[in-house]
Amino acid sequence: MAENRHEKLGLTDDQVLEMYRIMLTARKVDERMWLLNRAGKIPFVISCQGQEAAQVGAAFALDRDKDYVLPYYRDMGVVIAFGMTVKELMLSGFAKAEDPNSGSRQMPGHFGQKKNRIVTGSSPVTTQVPHAVGIALAGKMEKKDFVSLVTFGEGSSNQGDFHEGANFAGVHKLPVIFMVENNKYAISIPVERQLACEKVSDRAIGYGMPGYTVDGNDPLEVFEVVKQAAERGRNGEGPTLIEAVSYRLTAHSSDDDDRTYREKEEVDEARKKDSIITFGNYLRSLDILTEDIEKQMNEEITDLVNEATDYAENAPYADPESALKYVYEE
Amino acid sequence: MPVISYIQAVTQALREEMQRDEKVFVLGEDVGKRGGVFRATDGLYDEFGADRVLDTPLAESAIAGVGIGAAMYGMRPVAEMQFADFIMPAVNQIISEAAKIRYRSNNDWSCPITIRAPYGGGVHGALYHSQSVEAVFANQPGLKIVMPSTPYDVKGLLKAAVRDPDPVLFFEHKRAYRLIKGEVPEEDYTLPIGKADIKREGSDITVITYGLAVHFALQAADKLAEEGIDVHILDLRTVYPLDREAIIEAASKTGKVLLVSEDNKEGGIISEVSAIISENCLFELDAPVQRLAGPDVPAMPYSPTMEKYFMINPDKVEKAMRELAEF
Repeated sequence: MAENRHEKLGLTDDQVLEMYRIMLTARKVDERMWLLNRAGKIPFVISCQGQEAAQVGAAFALDRDKDYVLPYYRDMGVVIAFGMTVKELMLSGFAKAEDPNSGSRQMPGHFGQKKNRIVTGSSPVTTQVPHAVGIALAGKMEKKDFVSLVTFGEGSSNQGDFHEGANFAGVHKLPVIFMVENNKYAISIPVERQLACEKVSDRAIGYGMPGYTVDGNDPLEVFEVVKQAAERGRNGEGPTLIEAVSYRLTAHSSDDDDRTYREKEEVDEARKKDSIITFGNYLRSLDILTEDIEKQMNEEITDLVNEATDYAENAPYADPESALKYVYEE
Repeated sequence: MPVISYIQAVTQALREEMQRDEKVFVLGEDVGKRGGVFRATDGLYDEFGADRVLDTPLAESAIAGVGIGAAMYGMRPVAEMQFADFIMPAVNQIISEAAKIRYRSNNDWSCPITIRAPYGGGVHGALYHSQSVEAVFANQPGLKIVMPSTPYDVKGLLKAAVRDPDPVLFFEHKRAYRLIKGEVPEEDYTLPIGKADIKREGSDITVITYGLAVHFALQAADKLAEEGIDVHILDLRTVYPLDREAIIEAASKTGKVLLVSEDNKEGGIISEVSAIISENCLFELDAPVQRLAGPDVPAMPYSPTMEKYFMINPDKVEKAMRELAEF
């Protein structure tokens, strides 16, 4: 039997089970979207696979009733934890009018939902970083005690907006959590061709904030460090840079072929550390994820994905002329 | 009514908006303690404090991007770019983000930010302290671009920009800052963004322009009046989106149209004005539409001889007006 690590972090058995459920839900929605793409039913998929633990671990460390998240395109785990439903994700996948992220104006993975404080994002990477700083600045001005969590890939940590945003937050001691989901690849470019420093977290010192590198396949490790970062932020101690290291298990997107730039053996090796397996095993070994619970959970998620797929597939497209709406306030 | 300068109108509008609404704040390089390199935010730091008159690190994309984040939250940030020439590192934030936030979120999020920047030449500013940058942004639906010519318009339009629910670029002519003075009411008022303004009624030729060039046109028109040439002058005030009705009406009124801009000639604001006129006014025109603008070189040089050659001025405008009147 494994050592119980979550109790020390203040997490109940129900909470860790819920973490696993959301990780598994994200994985199953993602897998379904690939099937739908390969069946010619949806034009595009961009995946969360391999990063669910970091995403859900981080989201659970926040106050999901008041904190803000600025996710990037792989963050299905973050947005589900913050309240986006499977049906809503499928509506986005099928580009249907009801998609709450964008009313089917944007590709899947471009999340946004104001009621859940999921801030709208775009395709040019890293632009959301200064936005997270601006939201934290607004919170400080308004004397609120929320924090903002902004996530991005290790490739994005080379963009000017990362450095400008981190420096701004450092100078003004703003409650921002910068979380790099280091999945080892920026499309085809491996991390060693991306970074001259050993770790992304090494960059923190330049911006006057602590930097941590944690195992992104372990939701509890991510939870712990994000929780501390959120407390620092709420206490007025400023921002934190966190690097959660995992692996991108799929190609960059449905339009990419990763066999052209990495070995199958490397991917197979990474799959052994897949958090869906390892965190599942942790919960099984503690008898939290019992056979009955697992069976029921799988059935419930599969039903949810099936229902969402049917609903989204049959939902209406936007009226063509609605393309003219909302350029400015109406 | 008090007479104040163009830049004093900027400061007055900012002060009144900050007094009116606690969500309004300014951010930029040197805007705080220094009160801005042009002194546009003079006195605001003492009145409102360091948190609402925020000195930022020297990083334009962050100034825009942090402002955009705060605006999405619900604040009313007024970001200052120290010179319009230095807005370029922030273009991704302005065009990919601010302009598209409402549209891409299907009206779920919005971005009520104002971005101010001094533009324009004739101040020995050379290539990178003289440019007009409005054309870069003037085909980006979702943005509004305001370029006022008088202190009265500055105050009313800047207040309107701060209150606007969408992102507004507010370009102030830096040579006008102290050169142009005018009557400005002390009380609160706004002017409509998107509406051009007739600055002079006339019947022989029409000049359509904006910014400092409005004053060049007014001076030239006074001279031509002595010769019996009666000039109609339309000040665009908002250069994007354009006031199509006002342009069509002004062009049709005289049938002879001169378009004036300090920017490079090709692909500028006045090119679009010309297209609107040619689409709508063919049978009203009595002469080909004329454009007077800067030459198509990258920007204006430092040397006084070359700078003068680049800049439009009242003499150049007068000459172009006379030629059109005589057509």
